[in-house]
Amino acid sequence: MTLLARFAEATFWMARYMERAENLARLIDVNESFARDSRGTNDWAGLLFLNGDLERFDERHDRRSAANVLNFYLADGGNATSIPYSIRAARENARTLRPLISTEMWSQLNAFYNRLLSLSPADLAVQHVSRLCTEIKEACQTHTGIVEGTFFRDEGHCFYLMGKAIERADQTSRLLDIKYHTLLPSPGDVGSPLDVSQWNTLLRSASAYHAFRRTHARGMSAPAVAGFLVFHDSFPRSILLCLKTAADMLERLRRRHGVTRGQGARDKLGAIIAGLEATDIDTVIASGMHEFLDRTQADLIDFTQVLGTELFGHAFQTQSAA
Amino acid sequence: MDGKPDRDDLFARYDPGPFFDEVVRRAGSDGEQVSRLLQDRLSDIGLDLLYRRSDDAGRELFNLGITFLIYTENQAVDRILPFDIIPRMITPREWQQLERGTRQRVAVLNAFLADIYGPQRCIKDGIIPGELVLGNPNYREAMHDIAVPHGAFVNILGLDLVRDAEGAFRVLEDNCRVPSGVSYVIENRHLMQRAFPDLMSDIGVKPVSDYGRHLLEALADMAPPAVTDPQVVLLSAGTYNSAYFEHVFLAREMGVPLVEGQDLVVGEDDRVYMKTIEGLAPVDVIYRRIGDDFLDPEAFRADSMIGVPGLMRAYRAGKVTLANAVGTGVADDKAVYAYMPRLIKYYLDEDAVIDNVPTHICREAEGLAYTLDHAAELVTKPVGEAGGYGIVVGPKATAEQLDTLRQQLRADPANYISQPMVPLSVCPTLTDDGVEARHVDLRPFCVTGKSSWVLPGGLTRVALRRGAIVVNSSQGGGSKDTWVLEAS
Repeated sequence: MTLLARFAEATFWMARYMERAENLARLIDVNESFARDSRGTNDWAGLLFLNGDLERFDERHDRRSAANVLNFYLADGGNATSIPYSIRAARENARTLRPLISTEMWSQLNAFYNRLLSLSPADLAVQHVSRLCTEIKEACQTHTGIVEGTFFRDEGHCFYLMGKAIERADQTSRLLDIKYHTLLPSPGDVGSPLDVSQWNTLLRSASAYHAFRRTHARGMSAPAVAGFLVFHDSFPRSILLCLKTAADMLERLRRRHGVTRGQGARDKLGAIIAGLEATDIDTVIASGMHEFLDRTQADLIDFTQVLGTELFGHAFQTQSAA
Repeated sequence: MDGKPDRDDLFARYDPGPFFDEVVRRAGSDGEQVSRLLQDRLSDIGLDLLYRRSDDAGRELFNLGITFLIYTENQAVDRILPFDIIPRMITPREWQQLERGTRQRVAVLNAFLADIYGPQRCIKDGIIPGELVLGNPNYREAMHDIAVPHGAFVNILGLDLVRDAEGAFRVLEDNCRVPSGVSYVIENRHLMQRAFPDLMSDIGVKPVSDYGRHLLEALADMAPPAVTDPQVVLLSAGTYNSAYFEHVFLAREMGVPLVEGQDLVVGEDDRVYMKTIEGLAPVDVIYRRIGDDFLDPEAFRADSMIGVPGLMRAYRAGKVTLANAVGTGVADDKAVYAYMPRLIKYYLDEDAVIDNVPTHICREAEGLAYTLDHAAELVTKPVGEAGGYGIVVGPKATAEQLDTLRQQLRADPANYISQPMVPLSVCPTLTDDGVEARHVDLRPFCVTGKSSWVLPGGLTRVALRRGAIVVNSSQGGGSKDTWVLEAS
C-alpha cells in the first residue's frame, strides 16, 4: 500500500516540529550563559534575536524581562515560535497520522502536550527553568526513542527522518548565523575569556561541546567551531551531515520502496550538498558567513517546496487522473 | 472466592427498583452463577480500589486518545466517553435471540431498500404509505436501479435496543447510515482486561477483537464484481470530526488507508483514485463515515468541503462501492421504523424476533390524537433528529414544555412519533455514592457483505445521572464493557 501524500507531509512536519521544540528547549536552557554580556548581566533578548522574534515580542510585552521571554517561549501557545505551539502542531500532525503511528507514540505526545497546557506560573519561574527545559528535552527524546522503537520502517519513516534532518540543518544554521550576525566580538575581544565562553555556549546549545573537544582537544577558534557545526561528517547536527541524511532518505525511498517520484528533490538536495562539499570554512568566512547561511536556509525552503510538489501532492489539484 | 472478613458487601443496599437488572439476576435465572461471582469479586476489590482503578482507567483512555471531540465556545476539546467499570452481562440464551434478531433486522432493512430503490412493491402492495418513503428527505433518487452487490445496502448496522421491566428486548431505533460506537466496544474490553484481569478470570466471555477482520471481509465482498484484489479505504471527515478516533481505530484494525475527501479524485474514466507519494492509485471500496449530503458536492450539497466531486458518478457507473450505500437513511427514519414489524412479515414471512417499542405515528390522525391526549405519559421524538436531541420525556416534562410540544405536534404532526415510556433495564454502576442502579441500553453491531456477522454484545451505554434514561454521549451518557457469556 503506497503512502498517502498527505500522510507523507504530516510525518515530515511532525518530525520537524518535535525537533524544533527540542532545539528551543536546549537553547533556553543554555541561554543564561549564552547571552551574558561583559558585565555578566543575563540578557534574554539574545534568544529573541536568535529566533528573529524581537518585533513580535515587543508587540506583546513591555519589557524584555526574563519572565516575559520565558512566558513567550514556554507558555504562549499563540506565539508561533513557542514550544507549546510546536508541540501542538506536532500533535495535530500526529492526530492526522494516528492510523499509521503506534499508540505509544500518540499517547506520549498527547500526554506531553497536556502537561505543557498544565504548566503553572511557578513552573515558569526563572529558577525552575532549567528543570522544565530538561523535562521538555527529555520528552522530545522519549518521542525520538519511541519512534525508533515502534515506527514501521515504511516510506513514512523516511519522511520522518528527512523532516528531522532538514529541521536540524535549519536550526544549526540559525544558531550559527546569530553568533556571527549579532554576537561577533570586536577584534579586541577575540580570544578573551568572554569570547571563549560564548563559543563554548554556542557549542552547548547544539549539544556539541564534548564532540568538538574530541576533535579539537585544544583551543577554540571561531573558524574551528563554525567549521565543526557546518561540515563535520560525524556530528549529528552539522549542516552537511543532516543534508546527507535527508539525501539518504530520498535514496532509500527510491531504492527500497520503489518510489519513482522525487527526482527534482534528489537533484535539488544533491546540488546543495555538492555546493557545501566544494567549499571549506575559510572560504565561507572570507566570503561572508551570514550570506552563506542565508543561502543555505533559502535552499532548504526551496527543497521543501520541491518535496511538496513532487511527493506531498501539492500539484495534484491541477492534474487529471491517468 | 472467599470474601475477606472485613469487606463491605457493595450490593448489600443495592436496589434495582422496579426495573430489570442486567447483572443482579433473579434467583434461579439464567446467568445467576456468574452474576454472584461478579458481585463477590467487586466486593472483594472494595470501593476504594474500584474508585482508584476507575480513575486510572479514565486517565488511560484520555492519554491513549480514546476520545471524541466536543465543541464548546468555539473550542474543540477532547473528551473521553465516561467508562463505567462494572460490566453488563448477556447470557448465552439472551445472545441467541439478540443475534438472530439482529440478523433478521438487517435482512429486512436490505430487502426494503432494494425494493424502494427498485420495483417498490411494498408501496404498490400498500404495506407502507408511498409518501412516507418517496417524500422522505433521506430518499435518494440517485439510487434508482443501482446494482448493489449482494443486495447489501446496509453493510454496517447499529441496532439500538432497550429492555423492559420483564426483561424483553425491544428495538428502539435502527441506525443504517453511519452508526458509530463500535470502537468503544473493543477498547472498553481491552481496558477491562488491563485494569481488572481479576474480575474476568475464569469467566468465559466471547471475544470482540476480531471486528476489524470481519468488517474488512464484508467490505471486500462489496467490491465491484470485476475487481479481484480490492483496495478498501475509510473516508473520514477529518481530524476534527467528533468520531475521528473511531475512524482511526477502524482503519488501523483493517490495515486500510484513512482518507479524507481531499485525498480522493474521480478520473475521466469514472474511477476513484487516492493521491499517494507515487501519484494516483485506484480505490475500489469506500467505507465512508460521512453522511450522504456531504459525499459529493456535484450530486448533493454543493457547499460540502469534505466530499469528493464526481463520487456519485463513479458510484453510479459501478466503478466504486460505497458502504453503507447511499440513501439508507430512509430505512432508519423514525416514522418508517413503525412499519418494520409489518415489513418483516412482508419480506421474510417471519415474526419479529425482537419487537419494536409500540409506536404512534403522528402523521396519522389516530396517532396524533393519542399523542396529544397522552403527551404527559409518552416519549415524543422528532423523526429527523439523532443523538437524543429534541426528545420530550412526558413524565419528566413541565406543563410548559408539554404545551410547547403540543403546539409543535399540531403545527407539524408528520415530524413526530411517540412511544410509551419503556422502563429501561438497569445495571449496577460505580457512582460517587457507591454501587447504584443506572439505566442502560444496548447497541449491537452487524456487518454484512455476502453474509451477516454480529459482533458479540455491542455497546452498552449507561445514563450516569440517577434516574436519567437518555444514554447518548451528548447527554451525559457513558459506556460499559458488555460480556456475552460463553455457553457452559
